[in-house]
Amino acid sequence: MKQFFSFIQKEFYHIFRDPRSLLLLLLMPVALMVIFGFAVTNEIKNNKLAIMDLSRDEASRKLINRFSASPYFDLSVLVPESASLETIFHKNKAAMVMVIPAHFNEDLMASHATTLQLLADGSDPNTANSLINYASAIIGDYQQEEFPETASAFQIVPITRMLYNPELKSAFFFVPGVMGLILMLISAMMTSVSIVREKELGTMEVLLVSPLKPFMIVLAKAVPYLLIALVNVLTIIALSVWVLGLPIRGNFALLLGESTLFILSCLSLGLLISTAAQSQQIAMLISLLGLMLPTMMLSGFIFPIENMPMPLQVISNIVPAKWYIRTIKAIMLKGLGLGAVWKENAILLGMTLFFLAVSIKRFKIRLQ
Amino acid sequence: METIIVENIYKYYPAATKKERNKALNGISFTVKNGEIFGLIGPDGAGKTSLFHILTTLLLADGGRATVDGFDVVKDYKQIRKRVGYMPGRFSLYQDLTVEENLQFFATAFETTVEKNLDLIHEIYIQLEPFKKRRAGKLSGGMKQKLALCCALIHKPSVLFLDEPTTGVDPVSRKEFWQMLKSLQLQGITTIVSTPYMDEANLCDRIGLLQNGSLLGIDTPENLTRNFGKPLFALKAEQMYPLLLHMRAYDQTATCYGFGDYHHITFIDPHIQQADIRSYLQGVGFTEPVEIRQIAPGIEDCFMDLLNH
Repeated sequence: MKQFFSFIQKEFYHIFRDPRSLLLLLLMPVALMVIFGFAVTNEIKNNKLAIMDLSRDEASRKLINRFSASPYFDLSVLVPESASLETIFHKNKAAMVMVIPAHFNEDLMASHATTLQLLADGSDPNTANSLINYASAIIGDYQQEEFPETASAFQIVPITRMLYNPELKSAFFFVPGVMGLILMLISAMMTSVSIVREKELGTMEVLLVSPLKPFMIVLAKAVPYLLIALVNVLTIIALSVWVLGLPIRGNFALLLGESTLFILSCLSLGLLISTAAQSQQIAMLISLLGLMLPTMMLSGFIFPIENMPMPLQVISNIVPAKWYIRTIKAIMLKGLGLGAVWKENAILLGMTLFFLAVSIKRFKIRLQ
Repeated sequence: METIIVENIYKYYPAATKKERNKALNGISFTVKNGEIFGLIGPDGAGKTSLFHILTTLLLADGGRATVDGFDVVKDYKQIRKRVGYMPGRFSLYQDLTVEENLQFFATAFETTVEKNLDLIHEIYIQLEPFKKRRAGKLSGGMKQKLALCCALIHKPSVLFLDEPTTGVDPVSRKEFWQMLKSLQLQGITTIVSTPYMDEANLCDRIGLLQNGSLLGIDTPENLTRNFGKPLFALKAEQMYPLLLHMRAYDQTATCYGFGDYHHITFIDPHIQQADIRSYLQGVGFTEPVEIRQIAPGIEDCFMDLLNH
């Protein structure tokens, strides 16, 4: 046991005496949270809207006022009749153009039916779609309030409510993903790199010719990164609660426990990588390409798994982060307990044991 | 009592073609006696490190068997790892740990403490003590080797494996290093040391000359030089290179090598006289004065001689 603790102490010396890497380890979650929280967001706000008002009457003014009051649109230009709509898109002056036809008010009063044209830039389909939806909603509201008599007695009015995330904040969506990504990166990559570094520097030779048990070497290497990863979990949770305003609806201790389980599975993956890699670069490449990419793409972090072709959906099952992200969403956002995530837990635990068993089997007690 | 027994060890390395496998070690056999300093002398690539790796249980041999301190290197590797001290050819301590921390770490790794075995390393450690708070990576080459030796000795090993401990170390530190090995010998530690320096061979009790994975000869340095068996001449002149060419062209010359300031030459006729050599040189038009001396052969001469057989 004394050997084990002295080894862990040595590992901490390595980590603390490389302040640049340590800073990177501790600040990476902060940076990612800031990037995803403020820069990369899929909420569409403050879009430039150009309006060509051909009627210039009371009804059109009211409608335009509604648009300028909406946070989704910035009323950037009122286009004169003569303008070419295409140049507006060419010059990127607006993301959407609304054309209000002549005699808008008259038509509304007279026949209760008129048309409006909405033009959006389809080269960015998601944004265009959202803009049209926002605009349609604003127009619908306008119609309801100005002409309540148009609402017939037999109308179906869907009342929608976004459960768990009523304001549709994207933070709800990415925080679990960022946690998965960071923990995977730190636990798997750093452990594998630190073990392979001993091989590269030749110190593994000296360690092998000693009574130290090979598996103790490997476990002692993993402990410091487990602690650092837990610090990262706390950082991410603190940032998401106090900066991004996310609630923690479930049990905090359970959340930490689940994170520890995921970290352990990543650490065992890191050990597995270290048994295969002979140089630090290779270990880093395997970690980045073999772990980062699947974690980003196939865990449901960025792209919904349900939309993927069948083979990718099957592959996504072996990505540990997928199960972790599901667990975190369930606990943090839906406030569920252990009973709701037992399946995910069982899968993560199984993966951890599998990776550990394979790495023990593959760990070389000799140089070749 | 034999501490190390090596019997017919073979080791192959994967080669480009299947036909000729790269033989790193080609049927090596020797023994090292208890308390002896055994030197493995040979150029780079002779197979010294491979042999060390096999004896320290880091590599498996492809043929033959070996025991260290009575334990089989394959079956009882755990026992061997507890009782040998190993210093690899490359500096293999933690550069970002201080001298003290490195020592503490290796002491704990071998389930002992620095204090318990301080008497063994005391002589070396007093030289390191002023730098004990310094990181190992910032030490000079000689100091690094001393620290590595301390770390290899911290658990009082019964056998010490030193792979080229003096390569890249200045002459003064080299000399000190060998003095330490001698004083460790007095404490009963068996040492097997490899070196590419022929001058260090004379400091060993017995040496093995290793070349291309084969042992050319094993004996005490004295016996090896005594068994040289023919007169050896050293020749020196102002123009060394023409002298070398002339001597190599001489039909009486058996071997002729440049050895720094002198050419070392053996002749086919064991009773050749200096006058014969001078008259030959006169005859081919080499007129400048030549210094000719008969000398006692060194290890390097023996090595070159064995290479020719």
